[in-house]
Amino acid sequence: MTEVHNLGVDAISCHAWNKDRKEVAICPNNNEIQVYKRTSSGWKLLQNLQEHDMHVMGIDWAPNTNRIVTCSADKNAYVWTQEGDGKWNPAWVLLRINRAATCVKWSPLGTMLVKPFARSENKFAVGSGGRVIAVCYFVSENNWWQCKHIKRPLRSTVTTVDWHPDNKVLVAGSTDYKVRVFSAFISDMEDAPGNGPWGHSNTLGTLLAEFQNTPNGGGWIHSVVFSPCGNKICWVAHNSSICIADATKGNAVIRLYTEHLPFLNCVWMGSNSIVAVHKHGHSCMPMLYSIDDNGQLYFVSKLDNTQKKEAAGLSAMRKFQSLDRQARTDTNDNALDSIHQNTINCVRKVSNNEFSTSGLDGQLVVWDLKYVNKLIWLFNLAAGEFHCWSEDSIKKRNAAKEQKGGKNTVQN
Amino acid sequence: MSRNDGKKDSSASTFRKIDVDQYSDNNFREEDADGGIGGPTEALISVLRSAPLGCKNQQVKDNARNLTLKVLLSIKSTQIDDCLGQLDRDLLDVLMKYIYRGFEIPTEGSSSHLLTWHEKVYNISGVGSIVRAFADSKRA
Repeated sequence: MTEVHNLGVDAISCHAWNKDRKEVAICPNNNEIQVYKRTSSGWKLLQNLQEHDMHVMGIDWAPNTNRIVTCSADKNAYVWTQEGDGKWNPAWVLLRINRAATCVKWSPLGTMLVKPFARSENKFAVGSGGRVIAVCYFVSENNWWQCKHIKRPLRSTVTTVDWHPDNKVLVAGSTDYKVRVFSAFISDMEDAPGNGPWGHSNTLGTLLAEFQNTPNGGGWIHSVVFSPCGNKICWVAHNSSICIADATKGNAVIRLYTEHLPFLNCVWMGSNSIVAVHKHGHSCMPMLYSIDDNGQLYFVSKLDNTQKKEAAGLSAMRKFQSLDRQARTDTNDNALDSIHQNTINCVRKVSNNEFSTSGLDGQLVVWDLKYVNKLIWLFNLAAGEFHCWSEDSIKKRNAAKEQKGGKNTVQN
Repeated sequence: MSRNDGKKDSSASTFRKIDVDQYSDNNFREEDADGGIGGPTEALISVLRSAPLGCKNQQVKDNARNLTLKVLLSIKSTQIDDCLGQLDRDLLDVLMKYIYRGFEIPTEGSSSHLLTWHEKVYNISGVGSIVRAFADSKRA
Protein backbone atom coordinates (compact mmCIF):
# COMPACT_ATOMS: atom_id res chain seq x y z
CA MET A 1 0.00 0.00 0.00
CA THR A 2 2.44 2.61 1.13
CA GLU A 3 6.22 2.55 1.30
CA VAL A 4 7.85 4.86 3.82
CA HIS A 5 11.45 5.83 3.16
CA ASN A 6 13.60 7.58 5.67
CA LEU A 7 16.69 9.18 4.21
CA GLY A 8 18.09 10.36 7.51
CA VAL A 9 17.51 14.05 6.90
CA ASP A 10 15.47 16.39 9.07
CA ALA A 11 13.32 17.89 6.37
CA ILE A 12 12.85 17.48 2.64
CA SER A 13 11.80 20.61 0.82
CA CYS A 14 11.44 18.95 -2.59
CA HIS A 15 12.25 15.73 -4.39
CA ALA A 16 12.39 14.24 -7.88
CA TRP A 17 12.72 10.67 -9.16
CA ASN A 18 14.74 9.39 -12.07
CA LYS A 19 13.07 7.41 -14.83
CA ASP A 20 13.17 3.93 -13.27
CA ARG A 21 12.70 5.18 -9.67
CA LYS A 22 15.99 3.66 -8.55
CA GLU A 23 17.36 7.07 -7.71
CA VAL A 24 15.93 10.15 -6.08
CA ALA A 25 17.19 13.70 -5.79
CA ILE A 26 16.11 15.59 -2.68
CA CYS A 27 16.81 18.93 -1.13
CA PRO A 28 17.34 18.65 2.66
CA ASN A 29 15.88 22.13 3.18
CA ASN A 30 19.12 23.97 2.51
CA ASN A 31 21.35 24.88 -0.44
CA GLU A 32 22.31 21.30 -1.30
CA ILE A 33 20.81 18.62 -3.50
CA GLN A 34 21.42 15.01 -2.51
CA VAL A 35 21.15 12.15 -4.98
CA TYR A 36 20.32 8.79 -3.40
CA LYS A 37 20.31 5.33 -4.93
CA ARG A 38 18.09 2.50 -3.74
CA THR A 39 20.13 -0.54 -2.70
CA SER A 40 19.23 -3.78 -1.02
CA SER A 41 20.40 -2.36 2.29
CA GLY A 42 18.59 0.93 2.04
CA TRP A 43 19.29 4.28 0.45
CA LYS A 44 22.87 5.17 -0.41
CA LEU A 45 24.01 8.75 -0.89
CA LEU A 46 25.67 8.97 -4.31
CA GLN A 47 26.53 12.63 -4.50
CA ASN A 48 25.92 15.89 -2.74
CA LEU A 49 25.40 18.58 -5.37
CA GLN A 50 26.68 21.85 -3.98
CA GLU A 51 26.56 24.76 -6.34
CA HIS A 52 23.72 26.92 -5.05
CA ASP A 53 24.35 29.52 -2.37
CA MET A 54 20.84 29.69 -0.96
CA HIS A 55 17.80 27.45 -0.43
CA VAL A 56 16.96 25.17 -3.33
CA MET A 57 13.37 25.92 -4.36
CA GLY A 58 12.79 23.36 -7.08
CA ILE A 59 14.19 20.14 -8.55
CA ASP A 60 13.08 18.37 -11.71
CA TRP A 61 14.59 15.24 -13.24
CA ALA A 62 14.05 14.72 -16.96
CA PRO A 63 13.31 11.02 -17.48
CA ASN A 64 14.47 10.75 -21.10
CA THR A 65 17.54 12.94 -21.22
CA ASN A 66 18.46 12.06 -17.62
CA ARG A 67 19.25 15.64 -16.68
CA ILE A 68 18.43 17.37 -13.42
CA VAL A 69 17.48 21.01 -13.30
CA THR A 70 17.52 22.86 -9.99
CA CYS A 71 16.61 26.41 -9.09
CA SER A 72 17.29 28.36 -5.96
CA ALA A 73 16.60 31.52 -4.02
CA ASP A 74 20.07 32.73 -5.11
CA LYS A 75 18.45 33.62 -8.50
CA ASN A 76 20.29 30.83 -10.32
CA ALA A 77 19.36 27.61 -12.05
CA TYR A 78 21.69 24.76 -12.99
CA VAL A 79 21.25 21.90 -15.41
CA TRP A 80 23.12 18.85 -14.12
CA THR A 81 24.33 16.21 -16.55
CA GLN A 82 25.83 12.88 -15.59
CA GLU A 83 29.34 12.07 -16.75
CA GLY A 84 30.60 8.60 -17.66
CA ASP A 85 31.83 8.00 -14.12
CA GLY A 86 28.40 8.79 -12.68
CA LYS A 87 29.33 12.23 -11.35
CA TRP A 88 26.89 15.10 -11.92
CA ASN A 89 28.24 18.27 -13.49
CA PRO A 90 26.45 21.60 -13.34
CA ALA A 91 25.86 23.93 -16.27
CA TRP A 92 24.87 27.44 -15.32
CA VAL A 93 21.70 28.84 -16.89
CA LEU A 94 21.51 32.45 -17.97
CA LEU A 95 18.23 33.34 -16.22
CA ARG A 96 18.49 37.15 -16.10
CA ILE A 97 16.13 37.40 -13.11
CA ASN A 98 16.58 39.78 -10.21
CA ARG A 99 14.60 37.89 -7.58
CA ALA A 100 14.60 34.31 -6.27
CA ALA A 101 13.74 31.49 -8.64
CA THR A 102 10.73 29.77 -7.08
CA CYS A 103 9.85 26.76 -9.22
CA VAL A 104 11.16 24.81 -12.19
CA LYS A 105 9.71 22.23 -14.58
CA TRP A 106 11.09 20.37 -17.61
CA SER A 107 8.90 20.43 -20.67
CA PRO A 108 7.46 17.04 -21.65
CA LEU A 109 8.51 15.36 -24.87
CA GLY A 110 9.17 17.81 -27.65
CA THR A 111 10.39 17.27 -31.17
CA MET A 112 13.40 19.40 -31.86
CA LEU A 113 14.95 20.58 -35.06
CA VAL A 114 18.38 20.09 -33.61
CA LYS A 115 19.27 16.43 -33.94
CA PRO A 116 20.97 15.40 -30.68
CA PHE A 117 17.93 16.13 -28.55
CA ALA A 118 15.25 14.77 -30.85
CA ARG A 119 12.15 13.69 -28.90
CA SER A 120 13.36 14.81 -25.51
CA GLU A 121 12.85 17.37 -22.81
CA ASN A 122 14.19 20.35 -24.67
CA LYS A 123 12.97 23.29 -22.58
CA PHE A 124 12.25 24.15 -19.01
CA ALA A 125 10.40 26.94 -17.31
CA VAL A 126 11.53 28.77 -14.19
CA GLY A 127 9.13 30.90 -12.16
CA SER A 128 10.54 33.81 -10.23
CA GLY A 129 9.78 36.31 -7.53
CA GLY A 130 10.59 39.04 -10.03
CA ARG A 131 7.18 38.68 -11.72
CA VAL A 132 8.70 36.78 -14.57
CA ILE A 133 8.74 33.30 -16.08
CA ALA A 134 11.96 32.31 -17.83
CA VAL A 135 11.51 29.73 -20.57
CA CYS A 136 14.95 28.22 -21.08
CA TYR A 137 16.42 26.25 -23.97
CA PHE A 138 19.81 25.07 -25.08
CA VAL A 139 21.69 27.04 -27.72
CA SER A 140 24.26 24.69 -29.21
CA GLU A 141 26.16 27.43 -31.07
CA ASN A 142 27.06 29.09 -27.78
CA ASN A 143 26.96 25.86 -25.81
CA TRP A 144 24.84 27.27 -23.01
CA TRP A 145 21.29 27.45 -21.69
CA GLN A 146 19.59 30.73 -22.35
CA CYS A 147 16.08 31.96 -21.81
CA LYS A 148 13.26 34.16 -22.97
CA HIS A 149 11.02 35.95 -20.51
CA ILE A 150 7.27 36.03 -20.05
CA LYS A 151 6.52 39.23 -18.16
CA ARG A 152 3.06 40.49 -18.94
CA PRO A 153 0.58 40.49 -17.31
CA LEU A 154 2.21 38.87 -14.28
CA ARG A 155 1.78 41.13 -11.27
CA SER A 156 3.42 39.17 -8.53
CA THR A 157 5.64 36.20 -7.67
CA VAL A 158 5.15 33.11 -9.81
CA THR A 159 4.71 30.21 -7.40
CA THR A 160 4.12 27.30 -9.74
CA VAL A 161 4.45 26.34 -13.42
CA ASP A 162 3.40 23.33 -15.47
CA TRP A 163 3.68 22.25 -19.12
CA HIS A 164 0.94 21.16 -21.48
CA PRO A 165 1.70 17.71 -22.95
CA ASP A 166 2.10 19.27 -26.40
CA ASN A 167 5.24 21.08 -25.16
CA LYS A 168 4.11 24.50 -26.36
CA VAL A 169 1.71 25.79 -23.73
CA LEU A 170 2.54 26.72 -20.16
CA VAL A 171 0.37 27.37 -17.13
CA ALA A 172 1.51 29.47 -14.18
CA GLY A 173 0.01 30.29 -10.80
CA SER A 174 0.92 33.46 -9.00
CA THR A 175 0.57 35.34 -5.73
CA ASP A 176 -1.60 37.90 -7.53
CA TYR A 177 -4.45 35.36 -7.11
CA LYS A 178 -4.48 34.43 -10.77
CA VAL A 179 -3.80 31.40 -12.93
CA ARG A 180 -2.64 32.12 -16.45
CA VAL A 181 -2.12 29.98 -19.53
CA PHE A 182 0.65 31.20 -21.85
CA SER A 183 2.00 30.22 -25.20
CA ALA A 184 5.52 28.86 -24.65
CA PHE A 185 6.39 28.47 -28.31
CA ILE A 186 9.98 29.37 -29.11
CA SER A 187 10.40 30.17 -32.78
CA ASP A 188 14.19 29.71 -32.69
CA MET A 189 13.93 26.01 -32.14
CA GLU A 190 10.40 24.82 -32.88
CA ASP A 191 8.75 24.57 -36.25
CA ALA A 192 5.04 25.11 -35.64
CA PRO A 193 2.95 26.19 -32.68
CA GLY A 194 0.68 23.55 -31.17
CA ASN A 195 -2.95 23.32 -32.07
CA GLY A 196 -4.39 22.47 -28.68
CA PRO A 197 -7.67 23.36 -27.00
CA TRP A 198 -6.16 26.38 -25.26
CA GLY A 199 -5.44 28.09 -28.58
CA HIS A 200 -2.09 28.78 -30.17
CA SER A 201 0.20 31.63 -30.92
CA ASN A 202 3.41 32.23 -32.80
CA THR A 203 4.94 34.32 -30.06
CA LEU A 204 6.18 33.34 -26.66
CA GLY A 205 4.21 34.76 -23.79
CA THR A 206 0.86 35.30 -25.49
CA LEU A 207 -1.81 35.08 -22.82
CA LEU A 208 -4.18 32.28 -23.85
CA ALA A 209 -6.39 32.21 -20.77
CA GLU A 210 -6.59 33.87 -17.39
CA PHE A 211 -8.52 32.74 -14.32
CA GLN A 212 -9.12 34.62 -11.10
CA ASN A 213 -8.95 32.26 -8.16
CA THR A 214 -12.34 33.42 -6.89
CA PRO A 215 -14.41 36.54 -7.52
CA ASN A 216 -13.41 37.61 -3.98
CA GLY A 217 -9.69 37.35 -4.55
CA GLY A 218 -9.07 34.13 -2.70
CA GLY A 219 -5.40 34.06 -1.83
CA TRP A 220 -2.20 32.81 -3.40
CA ILE A 221 -2.11 29.99 -5.92
CA HIS A 222 -0.02 27.17 -4.44
CA SER A 223 0.04 24.70 -7.28
CA VAL A 224 -1.39 24.33 -10.77
CA VAL A 225 -1.19 21.27 -13.03
CA PHE A 226 -2.40 20.19 -16.46
CA SER A 227 -4.48 17.03 -16.66
CA PRO A 228 -2.81 14.11 -18.53
CA CYS A 229 -4.78 14.95 -21.71
CA GLY A 230 -3.98 18.63 -21.34
CA ASN A 231 -7.58 19.80 -21.68
CA LYS A 232 -8.05 20.70 -18.04
CA ILE A 233 -6.03 22.49 -15.41
CA CYS A 234 -6.42 22.02 -11.70
CA TRP A 235 -5.18 24.45 -9.10
CA VAL A 236 -5.15 24.69 -5.32
CA ALA A 237 -4.91 27.98 -3.48
CA HIS A 238 -4.69 29.50 -0.06
CA ASN A 239 -8.46 29.76 0.41
CA SER A 240 -8.63 25.96 0.83
CA SER A 241 -10.19 25.56 -2.58
CA ILE A 242 -9.64 23.17 -5.44
CA CYS A 243 -10.55 24.53 -8.87
CA ILE A 244 -10.66 22.94 -12.29
CA ALA A 245 -10.90 24.80 -15.58
CA ASP A 246 -11.80 22.97 -18.78
CA ALA A 247 -10.69 24.34 -22.14
CA THR A 248 -13.09 22.10 -24.05
CA LYS A 249 -16.02 23.61 -22.15
CA GLY A 250 -15.27 27.24 -22.85
CA ASN A 251 -12.86 27.59 -19.93
CA ALA A 252 -15.64 26.87 -17.44
CA VAL A 253 -14.35 26.71 -13.87
CA ILE A 254 -15.55 24.27 -11.22
CA ARG A 255 -14.71 25.38 -7.69
CA LEU A 256 -14.83 23.36 -4.53
CA TYR A 257 -14.37 25.19 -1.25
CA THR A 258 -13.27 22.64 1.31
CA GLU A 259 -13.51 22.89 5.08
CA HIS A 260 -9.83 22.02 5.57
CA LEU A 261 -6.65 24.01 5.84
CA PRO A 262 -5.25 25.08 2.46
CA PHE A 263 -3.78 22.51 0.12
CA LEU A 264 -0.18 23.06 -0.87
CA ASN A 265 0.17 20.79 -3.84
CA CYS A 266 -1.89 18.70 -6.20
CA VAL A 267 -1.37 16.05 -8.85
CA TRP A 268 -3.65 14.35 -11.38
CA MET A 269 -4.06 10.60 -11.03
CA GLY A 270 -5.83 9.65 -14.23
CA SER A 271 -8.12 11.96 -16.15
CA ASN A 272 -10.74 12.43 -13.43
CA SER A 273 -9.00 12.19 -10.09
CA ILE A 274 -6.86 14.61 -8.18
CA VAL A 275 -4.72 14.08 -5.14
CA ALA A 276 -4.28 17.19 -3.05
CA VAL A 277 -1.95 17.45 -0.09
CA HIS A 278 -2.35 19.50 3.04
CA LYS A 279 -0.36 22.41 4.20
CA HIS A 280 -0.20 21.68 7.90
CA GLY A 281 -2.27 21.27 10.99
CA HIS A 282 -3.55 17.98 12.30
CA SER A 283 -4.05 16.35 8.96
CA CYS A 284 -0.75 15.97 7.15
CA MET A 285 -2.22 13.56 4.67
CA PRO A 286 -3.14 13.39 1.01
CA MET A 287 -6.79 13.52 0.04
CA LEU A 288 -8.36 12.16 -3.10
CA TYR A 289 -10.90 14.19 -5.06
CA SER A 290 -12.72 13.15 -8.21
CA ILE A 291 -14.88 14.64 -10.92
CA ASP A 292 -18.26 12.95 -11.38
CA ASP A 293 -20.25 12.54 -14.61
CA ASN A 294 -21.92 15.91 -14.13
CA GLY A 295 -18.56 17.61 -13.93
CA GLN A 296 -18.77 18.26 -10.19
CA LEU A 297 -15.80 17.85 -7.90
CA TYR A 298 -16.34 15.67 -4.86
CA PHE A 299 -14.30 14.36 -1.99
CA VAL A 300 -13.53 10.65 -2.24
CA SER A 301 -11.36 9.75 0.73
CA LYS A 302 -8.37 10.44 2.86
CA LEU A 303 -5.51 8.27 1.71
CA ASP A 304 -4.00 7.78 5.12
CA ASN A 305 -5.72 5.18 7.27
CA THR A 306 -3.19 5.12 10.07
CA GLN A 307 -4.92 4.47 13.35
CA LYS A 308 -4.23 6.30 16.54
CA LYS A 309 -1.66 4.51 18.60
CA GLU A 310 -3.18 3.01 21.73
CA ALA A 311 -1.39 4.00 24.88
CA ALA A 312 -0.94 1.09 27.22
CA GLY A 313 -2.16 1.16 30.81
CA LEU A 314 -4.08 4.41 30.80
CA SER A 315 -5.92 4.49 34.08
CA ALA A 316 -9.17 6.35 34.52
CA MET A 317 -7.55 8.49 37.16
CA ARG A 318 -4.74 9.56 34.87
CA LYS A 319 -7.19 10.19 32.05
CA PHE A 320 -9.26 12.63 34.06
CA GLN A 321 -6.19 14.24 35.52
CA SER A 322 -4.86 14.81 32.04
CA LEU A 323 -8.21 16.12 30.83
CA ASP A 324 -8.23 18.53 33.72
CA ARG A 325 -4.69 19.78 33.24
CA GLN A 326 -4.22 19.75 29.49
CA ALA A 327 -7.72 19.29 28.08
CA ARG A 328 -6.73 16.09 26.32
CA THR A 329 -7.09 12.46 27.25
CA ASP A 330 -3.63 11.27 26.34
CA THR A 331 -0.65 12.90 28.02
CA ASN A 332 1.88 12.00 25.36
CA ASP A 333 -0.04 12.33 22.12
CA ASN A 334 2.65 14.27 20.34
CA ALA A 335 2.44 12.04 17.28
CA LEU A 336 -0.11 12.79 14.57
CA ASP A 337 -2.51 10.10 13.40
CA SER A 338 -0.92 10.07 9.99
CA ILE A 339 2.20 8.75 8.32
CA HIS A 340 3.62 12.20 7.71
CA GLN A 341 4.28 14.01 10.95
CA ASN A 342 4.64 17.46 9.43
CA THR A 343 3.76 19.51 6.37
CA ILE A 344 3.83 17.71 3.06
CA ASN A 345 5.27 20.16 0.59
CA CYS A 346 6.05 18.14 -2.48
CA VAL A 347 3.98 15.56 -4.32
CA ARG A 348 5.02 13.78 -7.52
CA LYS A 349 3.34 11.31 -9.78
CA VAL A 350 5.41 8.13 -9.94
CA SER A 351 3.30 5.85 -12.13
CA ASN A 352 -0.33 5.58 -13.21
CA ASN A 353 -1.50 4.60 -9.76
CA GLU A 354 1.36 5.69 -7.54
CA PHE A 355 2.54 9.03 -6.28
CA SER A 356 5.15 10.10 -3.78
CA THR A 357 5.11 12.78 -1.11
CA SER A 358 7.86 14.35 0.92
CA GLY A 359 7.65 16.76 3.77
CA LEU A 360 9.24 18.63 6.60
CA ASP A 361 9.35 15.47 8.73
CA GLY A 362 12.12 14.13 6.46
CA GLN A 363 10.05 11.21 5.18
CA LEU A 364 9.53 10.19 1.59
CA VAL A 365 6.35 8.16 1.13
CA VAL A 366 5.17 6.32 -1.97
CA TRP A 367 1.40 5.81 -2.06
CA ASP A 368 -0.41 3.25 -4.16
CA LEU A 369 -3.93 4.07 -5.28
CA LYS A 370 -4.78 0.55 -6.36
CA TYR A 371 -6.48 -0.33 -3.13
CA VAL A 372 -8.27 3.00 -3.07
CA ASN A 373 -9.66 2.35 -6.53
CA LYS A 374 -10.92 -0.98 -5.24
CA LEU A 375 -12.53 0.81 -2.34
CA ILE A 376 -14.24 3.25 -4.68
CA TRP A 377 -15.53 0.37 -6.71
CA LEU A 378 -16.94 -1.28 -3.60
CA PHE A 379 -18.58 1.95 -2.55
CA ASN A 380 -20.11 2.33 -5.97
CA LEU A 381 -21.64 -1.10 -5.51
CA ALA A 382 -23.27 0.02 -2.31
CA ALA A 383 -24.46 3.22 -3.92
CA GLY A 384 -26.46 4.46 -0.96
CA GLU A 385 -23.51 4.17 1.34
CA PHE A 386 -21.26 5.87 -1.16
CA HIS A 387 -22.91 9.22 -0.67
CA CYS A 388 -22.01 9.19 3.00
CA TRP A 389 -18.50 9.99 1.90
CA SER A 390 -19.25 13.20 0.14
CA GLU A 391 -18.52 16.22 2.27
CA ASP A 392 -21.95 17.72 1.89
CA SER A 393 -23.77 14.72 3.22
CA ILE A 394 -21.44 14.52 6.20
CA LYS A 395 -22.19 18.13 6.94
CA LYS A 396 -25.90 17.60 6.56
CA ARG A 397 -25.74 14.76 9.01
CA ASN A 398 -23.80 16.87 11.46
CA ALA A 399 -26.24 19.72 11.03
CA ALA A 400 -29.17 17.37 11.61
CA LYS A 401 -27.52 16.07 14.76
CA GLU A 402 -26.98 19.59 16.01
CA GLN A 403 -30.53 20.55 15.31
CA LYS A 404 -31.71 17.60 17.33
CA GLY A 405 -29.43 18.71 20.13
CA GLY A 406 -30.79 22.24 19.90
CA LYS A 407 -34.40 21.09 20.10
CA ASN A 408 -33.66 19.01 23.14
CA THR A 409 -32.32 21.99 25.00
CA VAL A 410 -35.46 23.96 24.11
CA GLN A 411 -37.66 21.25 25.50
CA ASN A 412 -35.69 21.13 28.68
CA MET B 1 -35.39 55.49 12.66
CA SER B 2 -35.54 59.26 12.47
CA ARG B 3 -33.99 59.06 9.01
CA ASN B 4 -37.16 57.44 7.76
CA ASP B 5 -39.10 60.60 8.54
CA GLY B 6 -37.04 62.53 6.05
CA LYS B 7 -38.13 60.19 3.32
CA LYS B 8 -41.76 61.31 3.51
CA ASP B 9 -40.76 64.79 2.50
CA SER B 10 -41.60 64.98 -1.21
CA SER B 11 -40.67 68.57 -2.03
CA ALA B 12 -39.01 68.80 -5.43
CA SER B 13 -35.42 69.52 -4.44
CA THR B 14 -34.92 66.95 -1.72
CA PHE B 15 -33.99 64.15 -4.12
CA ARG B 16 -30.79 66.01 -4.84
CA LYS B 17 -29.72 65.61 -1.25
CA ILE B 18 -30.43 61.91 -1.00
CA ASP B 19 -27.40 60.04 0.24
CA VAL B 20 -27.46 56.85 -1.74
CA ASP B 21 -25.57 54.94 0.91
CA GLN B 22 -28.03 55.88 3.58
CA TYR B 23 -30.84 55.01 1.29
CA SER B 24 -29.72 51.42 0.90
CA ASP B 25 -29.11 51.35 4.60
CA ASN B 26 -32.67 52.40 5.24
CA ASN B 27 -33.94 49.80 2.89
CA PHE B 28 -32.40 47.11 5.02
CA ARG B 29 -33.81 48.63 8.15
CA GLU B 30 -37.31 48.68 6.74
CA GLU B 31 -37.22 44.97 6.11
CA ASP B 32 -35.84 44.45 9.54
CA ALA B 33 -38.39 46.66 11.24
CA ASP B 34 -41.42 45.52 9.30
CA GLY B 35 -41.25 41.96 10.44
CA GLY B 36 -43.97 41.24 7.93
CA ILE B 37 -41.57 40.24 5.16
CA GLY B 38 -39.71 37.64 7.13
CA GLY B 39 -37.99 36.72 10.33
CA PRO B 40 -34.40 37.16 11.38
CA THR B 41 -33.24 34.42 9.00
CA GLU B 42 -34.52 36.30 5.99
CA ALA B 43 -32.90 39.44 7.31
CA LEU B 44 -29.58 37.64 7.66
CA ILE B 45 -29.75 36.12 4.18
CA SER B 46 -30.68 39.50 2.76
CA VAL B 47 -27.78 41.37 4.36
CA LEU B 48 -25.28 38.65 3.48
CA ARG B 49 -26.44 38.48 -0.15
CA SER B 50 -26.10 42.22 -0.58
CA ALA B 51 -22.81 42.50 1.33
CA PRO B 52 -20.70 45.16 -0.42
CA LEU B 53 -17.45 43.14 -0.20
CA GLY B 54 -15.93 44.58 -3.36
CA CYS B 55 -16.98 48.16 -2.59
CA LYS B 56 -14.22 50.76 -2.39
CA ASN B 57 -16.19 53.19 -0.22
CA GLN B 58 -15.38 52.49 3.41
CA GLN B 59 -18.52 54.28 4.61
CA VAL B 60 -20.74 51.89 2.68
CA LYS B 61 -18.83 48.93 4.07
CA ASP B 62 -19.11 50.24 7.62
CA ASN B 63 -22.84 50.76 7.26
CA ALA B 64 -23.28 47.24 5.96
CA ARG B 65 -21.12 45.92 8.77
CA ASN B 66 -23.14 47.72 11.43
CA LEU B 67 -26.35 46.42 9.95
CA THR B 68 -25.11 42.85 9.67
CA LEU B 69 -23.87 42.92 13.25
CA LYS B 70 -27.20 44.28 14.39
CA VAL B 71 -28.94 41.36 12.68
CA LEU B 72 -26.45 38.86 14.09
CA LEU B 73 -26.81 40.15 17.64
CA SER B 74 -30.59 40.24 17.43
CA ILE B 75 -30.80 36.53 16.61
CA LYS B 76 -31.04 34.48 19.77
CA SER B 77 -28.61 31.66 20.45
CA THR B 78 -31.36 29.08 20.16
CA GLN B 79 -32.33 30.29 16.69
CA ILE B 80 -28.81 30.18 15.28
CA ASP B 81 -28.95 26.56 14.16
CA ASP B 82 -32.20 27.01 12.22
CA CYS B 83 -30.78 30.12 10.70
CA LEU B 84 -27.53 28.51 9.55
CA GLY B 85 -29.42 25.58 8.10
CA GLN B 86 -30.80 27.88 5.43
CA LEU B 87 -27.49 29.42 4.37
CA ASP B 88 -25.49 27.99 1.50
CA ARG B 89 -21.73 27.62 1.65
CA ASP B 90 -20.89 30.94 0.00
CA LEU B 91 -23.07 32.85 2.45
CA LEU B 92 -21.45 31.02 5.36
CA ASP B 93 -18.07 32.32 4.18
CA VAL B 94 -19.45 35.87 4.02
CA LEU B 95 -20.95 35.41 7.48
CA MET B 96 -17.57 34.31 8.83
CA LYS B 97 -16.02 37.50 7.50
CA TYR B 98 -18.60 39.60 9.37
CA ILE B 99 -18.12 37.59 12.55
CA TYR B 100 -14.41 38.42 12.51
CA ARG B 101 -15.21 42.02 11.65
CA GLY B 102 -17.51 42.09 14.66
CA PHE B 103 -14.69 40.95 16.93
CA GLU B 104 -12.76 44.05 15.90
CA ILE B 105 -15.37 46.45 17.26
CA PRO B 106 -16.78 44.89 20.40
CA THR B 107 -19.84 46.32 22.08
CA GLU B 108 -21.23 45.14 25.36
CA GLY B 109 -21.99 41.42 25.19
CA SER B 110 -21.37 41.23 21.48
CA SER B 111 -18.20 39.16 21.59
CA SER B 112 -19.68 36.27 23.54
CA HIS B 113 -22.62 36.13 21.19
CA LEU B 114 -20.36 36.29 18.15
CA LEU B 115 -18.29 33.46 19.62
CA THR B 116 -21.43 31.34 19.65
CA TRP B 117 -21.97 32.21 16.00
CA HIS B 118 -18.33 31.45 15.26
CA GLU B 119 -18.52 28.05 16.89
CA LYS B 120 -21.64 27.06 14.96
CA VAL B 121 -20.34 28.23 11.59
CA TYR B 122 -17.04 26.47 12.29
CA ASN B 123 -18.92 23.23 12.97
CA ILE B 124 -20.45 23.40 9.51
CA SER B 125 -17.76 24.76 7.24
CA GLY B 126 -14.62 24.01 9.23
CA VAL B 127 -11.33 25.83 9.24
CA GLY B 128 -11.78 26.38 5.50
CA SER B 129 -14.15 29.27 6.03
CA ILE B 130 -11.81 30.85 8.59
CA VAL B 131 -8.93 30.62 6.13
CA ARG B 132 -11.13 32.17 3.44
CA ALA B 133 -12.10 35.02 5.75
CA PHE B 134 -8.40 35.86 6.03
CA ALA B 135 -7.23 34.97 2.51
CA ASP B 136 -9.81 36.84 0.45
CA SER B 137 -8.74 40.26 -0.65
CA LYS B 138 -12.30 41.55 -0.58
CA ARG B 139 -12.93 41.99 3.10
CA ALA B 140 -16.14 42.61 4.95
